[in-house]
Amino acid sequence: MDGRSLSGMLPAALPALLALLAATLALPLAATAAPLKIGLLVRADDERLAARLVERGYPGHPGGPAEQAVKMALDETRFELDAAKLEATLETVTVADAAQARAALQRLAQGGAVGVLVDLPAAWLAQIAPAASVPLVNVGAADDSLRALCTPQLFHTLPSERMRVDALAQHLLSRRWQRVLLLQGPSASDAARAAVVQAAIKRYGLKLAATRPYKLSGDPRERELGNLQLLTAARGAEHDVVWVVDSDGEFARTVPYRTALPRPVVGDAGLTAQAWAPNFERFGAPQLSRRFKRAAQRPMTGHDWAAWMGTKALLQAAMANPKSPLTALTATDFVLDGFKGTRNSFRAWNRQLRQPLLLTDGLGVIGSAPVEGVLHPKNVLDTLGVDAPESPCKPK
Amino acid sequence: MSHRKHLVPACLLIMAALVSAGVDQAQAQTQPLSGVAIVSSEKDDALALIDTRSLAVTGTITTCKRPRHMRLSVDGKQLLVACGDSGQADVISLATGQSVGRIALGDDPEIFDLSPDGKLLYVSNEEDGELGIIDMATKKRLGAVAVGAEPEGVIVSPDGKRIYVTSEVASMVHVVDAATRKIEKNIAVGKRPRRFAFSANGGELWVSNELGASISVIDTRTLAVTKTIPFEVKGMRADDISPVDMKLSRDGQTMYVGLGRANHVAFVDTAQKSTRALVLSGKRAWGLGLNRDGSRLFVANGLSDDVTIIDTASAKALKTVPAGRVPHSVVVVD
Repeated sequence: MDGRSLSGMLPAALPALLALLAATLALPLAATAAPLKIGLLVRADDERLAARLVERGYPGHPGGPAEQAVKMALDETRFELDAAKLEATLETVTVADAAQARAALQRLAQGGAVGVLVDLPAAWLAQIAPAASVPLVNVGAADDSLRALCTPQLFHTLPSERMRVDALAQHLLSRRWQRVLLLQGPSASDAARAAVVQAAIKRYGLKLAATRPYKLSGDPRERELGNLQLLTAARGAEHDVVWVVDSDGEFARTVPYRTALPRPVVGDAGLTAQAWAPNFERFGAPQLSRRFKRAAQRPMTGHDWAAWMGTKALLQAAMANPKSPLTALTATDFVLDGFKGTRNSFRAWNRQLRQPLLLTDGLGVIGSAPVEGVLHPKNVLDTLGVDAPESPCKPK
Repeated sequence: MSHRKHLVPACLLIMAALVSAGVDQAQAQTQPLSGVAIVSSEKDDALALIDTRSLAVTGTITTCKRPRHMRLSVDGKQLLVACGDSGQADVISLATGQSVGRIALGDDPEIFDLSPDGKLLYVSNEEDGELGIIDMATKKRLGAVAVGAEPEGVIVSPDGKRIYVTSEVASMVHVVDAATRKIEKNIAVGKRPRRFAFSANGGELWVSNELGASISVIDTRTLAVTKTIPFEVKGMRADDISPVDMKLSRDGQTMYVGLGRANHVAFVDTAQKSTRALVLSGKRAWGLGLNRDGSRLFVANGLSDDVTIIDTASAKALKTVPAGRVPHSVVVVD
C-alpha cells in the first residue's frame, strides 16, 4: 500500500481507530489482571488437516486445528484465572521448518510466555526442545523417540505410539486373542510403528503369527501385496486377530469385514486405542465432548484432548507457581483431571502424561486400558508405554 | 377360512393381556411411597423401590430421562427427581407414587437444592456453567448465576442466605449470595469437588474431592478451608479413591462418605476428622441414603448396578440388592 492511499483512508478510519485506542487503554484499567501468555507452535500447510483427508476421519488422525481445543481450555479456565487475577492470552505461531520453530520459540520465551504448546513434526520438535527455556508440551507427535530424548522441559500429553499399542495388546490378552497376524505398510513410519507393535506383542506374551507387508495396489503382478484375500489367509500362519499398521489410513479402512478368515481387526482400523473418543460416556466425558462440539463444530478427537489437556497443564502450573511453571509441572503432587476417571500426572523419567486409553471402534467405547487385572508395582497406568526401567531417561 | 376362527381368540387374548398390563401398571403406580428406599437409575429412566424391611426390590416407577439427584420437598410430601437428559425435574407425590408435574431445569441439570422456605430451587447446569434459579410456584426460571465450568454440587445454607456450588473444572467452591445473586467468594478446594454436606450445627461445610481423594472442610463463618481429610484404603492406591456423596449420621457424629472406585464407604468421625471404619460396598460406591432413625445406610453402586445396605451401628454390610442400570442417588422414605 502506498502512502497516498493510506492517507486517503485515514479520515474514514479515524473514528474506528480512536475507538480501538480507547478500548486498548480502557482494558488495563478495567481489569488489573496480570498477563499470562501461552504460545502455540503449529506447522504451515499442515497436510494432516487437508480438507479431503479430515473428511475421511481415519482413526487416530487429527480432526482439526489444535488451536480450537487450546482456546476451549482457556475459556473454561477463565474463572480460575479471574480469581487469581490473571489474564490469559494465546499466541499462535505458524512455522514452516525447524529453524523458524526455534526462532518463534525464542521469541515467545523472551516475550514472557509461561510455556509453549507444540503441534509440530517429531523431527522439528527434537531439534528445538533441548534449547527451550520454557516448558514445552508436545500435543501432536506420538513418536516414542521424543520420549527418549530425556529433555526435562519437554512434556507430552498425547499418548505415545507405544502406549496405544500396549493398550491394544492388553485388550487382546484379556480376550485371549493371542496369535497376531501383523500387516505392515510400506512407509518408514509404518516400519517404525510395526516395531513398536512387536515390542508390545512381546511384552504381553502374545504370539506373532506372521508379519506381511502390504501395498495399496490393484496390480495383478503384485497381488501378494495388494490382495486382501491373500494377505489375510492363514497360509501356515494361524491367527486369532489381524493387526494392521497403516500410518496413512486408506488401506487399513478396507481390512475389517474383508479378511479371508472371520477375524477381528485392530490397530489403525477396527478396534483402535485413542486418547479420547467423543462417545465416551463415563466420568463426565459427555460434558467435555459436548463443550468441544459446541466450540469447534466437530467431534473431539484424541489430538484435541491432548491439546486441551496440555493447555490445562500449563495454566494450572502457572497458577500454582507463577515464577516457575516448570517446577510446578514436575512436582510429585501435580495432578490433572482428564475426564477419564483417574488422576493424570507426568512421568518423572520422560515427562509423558499418564492416562487411561479408550478402546473404540469409532461408534462407541468398547473398553479402556489398563484393562482390569493388569498389575503394576507402583501405578497401573505405567503399564502403558515405556516404563521407568526400560527408559533411557532417569527420573528428574 | 379356518384361519379366521383361530385369529379371533388370539386377538381377544392380546387385548386381555393389554388390559391387564394396564391395570397392573396403574395399581403399581398408585402405591403410596413409604417404607422404601428410592433409587434413581440413570440408564433405566426409572426409580427402583427397595422395601426397607425386607430389603428386596418391590417395584419401579417410570420417570423422566436419565434420573440422577433426588430430594424431598420441604413439606416432605413430594419427591423431586432431576433428569439430566430431559432437562426436567419430575415431581412425584409420595401419597400416590405418581408424577404430579414436571419442572424445566435447563440444560443438563445435575444437583439441586431448595431454599429453606421451599420457594426457590437452585440447580447446577453443567453445560452452561450456571447455577439456575427456579421459582417453585410458577415453575419459571428466574435467572442464573454464571459459575466455573461444570458446576456440580449445590447446597443452600440452613438460613437460606447463601448457596454453595462446586465447580469440577475450576476445583473451587463458589459462595453465592442469595439476595444479590452474586458470587461472594471463591474458595479453592481439592481436585474435582463433587458434593456437599453440612455439619450438625451448620458451622462446617464438607466438600468431597473426587480426584483429590479427600474432603475439604470449610468454616462457614470465615469461608476458609480449615481442614483437609485424606482417605486411605488398605491395599488401594490414592488414585483408586474417588469420594462423591456424603451423608451425616442422625447424631451428627459420623459423616458417611461413598469412596467411589475404592468400593468402600468411609465412616468419618466429625469431631476427630478421621476415618473410624471402612465398609466394603459394591463397585463405584457413590450415592448415599439414610433411613429416618439412622440405622441403615443405602449405598448406590454405579458400576455393579446394585445397592448395598449397611447397618450403621455395627458398620457391617447387611445385603446387596440389584437396583437398575447405573444407580445414582438414594432417598429413603420411612
